[in-house]
Amino acid sequence: MNNELIHLSHISKSFDDKVILDDLDLVIHENEFVTLLGPSGCGKTTTLRIIAGFETPDRGSVIFDGKDITQLPPNKRQLNTVFQNYALFTHMNVADNIAFGLRIRKQSKSYIEDKIAYALKLVGLEGYEKRSVSRLSGGQQQRVAIARAIVNEPRVLLLDEPLGALDLKLRQDMQYELIRMKNELSITFIYVTHDQQEALTMSDKIVVMNQGYIQQMGTPEEIYNEPENAFVADFIGDSNLFPAVFLRDGLISVDGAEFPCVDKGFGEGRAVDIVIRPEDVELVEAGEGTVTGEVTDLIFKGVYYEMCVDVAGREWVAHSTRPCPVGDKVGIRVDPFNIQVMNKPASEDEEAVPTNE
Amino acid sequence: MRNHVRFKGIKKLYIALIFIFMYAPIAMLIVQSFNKSKSRGHWGGFTLSWYRSLFTNADIGQAFVNTILLALLSSVIAVVLGTMACICMSRMRKTPRTVMTGITNIPMLNADIVTGVSFMLLFLTLRIQFGFGTILLAHITFNIPYVILSVMPRYRELNPHIYEAALDLGASPVYAFFKTVLPEIMPSILSGGLMAFTMSIDDFIITHFTAGAGVHTLSTKIYSEVKLGIKPEMYALSAMIFLSVLVLLTLVQRGSNMLGVGGKED
Repeated sequence: MNNELIHLSHISKSFDDKVILDDLDLVIHENEFVTLLGPSGCGKTTTLRIIAGFETPDRGSVIFDGKDITQLPPNKRQLNTVFQNYALFTHMNVADNIAFGLRIRKQSKSYIEDKIAYALKLVGLEGYEKRSVSRLSGGQQQRVAIARAIVNEPRVLLLDEPLGALDLKLRQDMQYELIRMKNELSITFIYVTHDQQEALTMSDKIVVMNQGYIQQMGTPEEIYNEPENAFVADFIGDSNLFPAVFLRDGLISVDGAEFPCVDKGFGEGRAVDIVIRPEDVELVEAGEGTVTGEVTDLIFKGVYYEMCVDVAGREWVAHSTRPCPVGDKVGIRVDPFNIQVMNKPASEDEEAVPTNE
Repeated sequence: MRNHVRFKGIKKLYIALIFIFMYAPIAMLIVQSFNKSKSRGHWGGFTLSWYRSLFTNADIGQAFVNTILLALLSSVIAVVLGTMACICMSRMRKTPRTVMTGITNIPMLNADIVTGVSFMLLFLTLRIQFGFGTILLAHITFNIPYVILSVMPRYRELNPHIYEAALDLGASPVYAFFKTVLPEIMPSILSGGLMAFTMSIDDFIITHFTAGAGVHTLSTKIYSEVKLGIKPEMYALSAMIFLSVLVLLTLVQRGSNMLGVGGKED
């Protein structure tokens, strides 16, 4: 239904012999909320800067609405950026910051005034025109930065970890605000973050990146429920990530215990990885589950309890609203539908790397 | 307790001594500039006549104009060159940048006499006619480090995305620099320029070696007059230079304090 707007075609980029992006290919459609998600150094910010025009790729091209804009300077591109640290002009007041782009385009005075009022209303800062930006709080500065970008009516808004500096509550509020703004403006948002929760909440499409490669692309549900490799499974949310053997279609074995699954066609006897989300691990009476283990840890997490269960030396993590005391013997059962079977990584780049994010 | 009181007394005495040593010569100069008697050992009563004759002396008037013109031109040119140097240097990698910063700092620490004699030799070798031009060149050169010293820290702590944000909003690189980067570093540029202005007014040795015959600034004028005999007008002139430099330095200090407050706010 939506047209292709941006096509990053076979983009490669290195800094000082360090490969940041390697043959990246990405298509972004009109009116889409796309999130580039990954740990620091995965190339997500570089990708955004290439789209904005602040970096030129070593190889490959950037196609915007059918035209090659690889060599076009940033000031000639029909997109605007919201920077991580806002990058407001501190010697100007709020209105002058917002009017910056409009004045360059030589818009009329009344047009600029209307636009400032409209943008401030959109971001919820009516009446702040004459304030000095350095007197505003972090959240308010963020809103001014967004207003400054959107008054120029860009086809695409690029956001580089815009909520990174805000506290949790404000961050959650701003997530909803951003979704609302996107729907009101109906333009394309390209959003960079390392926060998987943020990505799952806001995106139409998530692009999971690691070490310069796209690991998986899909809707939040696809990324969460059907991770294609161990890196994605590990990076998106808590997970039980185990090596397993694919016995035959619909049956796998973990540490010798057989679990039915729904996946097919991995090849009999092949080594695979499986992922089971903690909320999909059902704890039942000892002896009633597929395997039996002992509860070694019980942590209250607010909405649920997190329990660690030791099954023959392997630790399973389970989330449940009912706590099981430490030391109890419990059975574990998993719905076949909730076991996601994945190929072992073909190269080192796809391996799960520990992240501290 | 008693010890503490005694110690406090010693501290005050110490500070008083330091101030006496530092400012007694200047106080003497200022007193003598109001002395009616030409003899230094004898107080002949209060007079403003030395100041009066100072203002009617055409040579000194010319020297004054030269001094101000030199200070203005050399500080403005040094500000432009120094700021450009800061922008280039901060884009360098760490090692070349450290080397460059060191190199730009050396002229500040170098003995003025060495700098002065070197300039003289250089101009002689290049067969450049001594005069206002050679003094100006020398002043620009020794002023640049002061501008860099003031502008560099401010430029380095400037958010690099500010320039990119301006480009992103459609500004050309030149427009973006003058509209966003320059205003952000303006306080440090002004304070560096004022510092350079003061240094230029203050300088004697380097000017002395690069001036040649016929062109005088206030400091070389005072030197040549005093060499010939007692001239109380020169006391008056020196006192006025001292006061103006004091005022300028206070302004520089004020400026950099305001800069500090601005930095905290960010």
